[in-house]
Amino acid sequence: MEQEVWSFSDYLLLIVSGVLVNNILLIRFLGNCPFLGVSKRMDTAVGMTFGVIFVLTCVGPITWFVEHYLLVPFDIVYLETLAFILTIAVFVQLVEFVIKKMSPALYRGLGIYLPLITTNCCILGTCFYNIRFKFGFIPTIIFSFASALGFGLALIIMAGIRERFHYARIPKCFQDTSIGLITAGLIGLSFYAFAGLAK
Amino acid sequence: MDGGRFIKEFTKGLWSDIPPFRFVLGLCPTLACTTTVRDGFGMGMCLTFVLVCSNILISLLRKVIPDQVRIACFIVVVATFVIIVELTTQAFFYPLYMALGIFIPLIVVNCIPLGRAEAFAKKNPVFYSLADGLGMGIGYTMSLTSLAIFREIFGKGTFLYHHIMWSGFEPFAFLQKPPGAFVCLGLMLGLMNLIGGGKK
Repeated sequence: MEQEVWSFSDYLLLIVSGVLVNNILLIRFLGNCPFLGVSKRMDTAVGMTFGVIFVLTCVGPITWFVEHYLLVPFDIVYLETLAFILTIAVFVQLVEFVIKKMSPALYRGLGIYLPLITTNCCILGTCFYNIRFKFGFIPTIIFSFASALGFGLALIIMAGIRERFHYARIPKCFQDTSIGLITAGLIGLSFYAFAGLAK
Repeated sequence: MDGGRFIKEFTKGLWSDIPPFRFVLGLCPTLACTTTVRDGFGMGMCLTFVLVCSNILISLLRKVIPDQVRIACFIVVVATFVIIVELTTQAFFYPLYMALGIFIPLIVVNCIPLGRAEAFAKKNPVFYSLADGLGMGIGYTMSLTSLAIFREIFGKGTFLYHHIMWSGFEPFAFLQKPPGAFVCLGLMLGLMNLIGGGKK
């Protein structure tokens, strides 16, 4: 895995690309179930955001190691899917145990989101992208963090808008998820304006 | 075995509980893989295979799997079938494999197989689990295909890559773009509520 040397501006572009241009939720369509599920209130959205940022920043490099030091040397890359999902599930379970023992207060805040994170496709999806884009170790960390940040940004914007739905008169059949999706489309349209900033 | 109940479990996936409209699960492929009819239908078929197989296997193992670690067991079962689908599409349907890309392995975390395992297969006999999986899978395929037909005809002016609109037709490129997918699905969901609603 020889990598070309990355300069500071390359890393900066990677962050801009991950957070804004190729936003994982609105442009790449990963992690939509929790996006609509937990964005009804601001506090749940913030909790989910921190959970995802923490887990993804840790799991991205771990799966990178699993791929390059376990799957590739033994020539079992076709088991990638199984290996990654197990890594994520085990990691999330471990984090849950540790947080429960070390800091009950944090567990009360973050605990309920951790099982949800296992089946969040934005985690597994980003791990796959790290491999498909042939990133080295440092870009993997940066890209994982940027993806999670993009997820959080979109989720918090959405929660802020959805809290105002109570004051709007929405036709009955469009209530809840339906109007949520249309709102997501409009937010996505505004994110589309960033296209061209980075590839 | 009761044929009437088999039919009931099968047909509930086709209209009254049709995913992803009636319960909002498995949205990511619904949005990402519906730019063309071929992709939407292919994705639906992949998911149907995984869902039917995982439902059958989990139903067979339902007395063996301990309750505390059931989610992990379900994930392993689903992941196994996803790998089978991945390798099969790569070998025999290569253009489809390239078009769907990352979304084939991501069937693992698509909530529908896991959700059906948790809600149905772990407490029902094999025969009914098969009906449930088949119904839900076909319902999902129908939803994806109908969304894809709308997006392809109006967004591109084609159907299965054949031009079908009149010559002066200007396609709505917006529908092919990611934001268009959200708006389209939202409108369709609203329409579904309007027609078949009244469940709430």
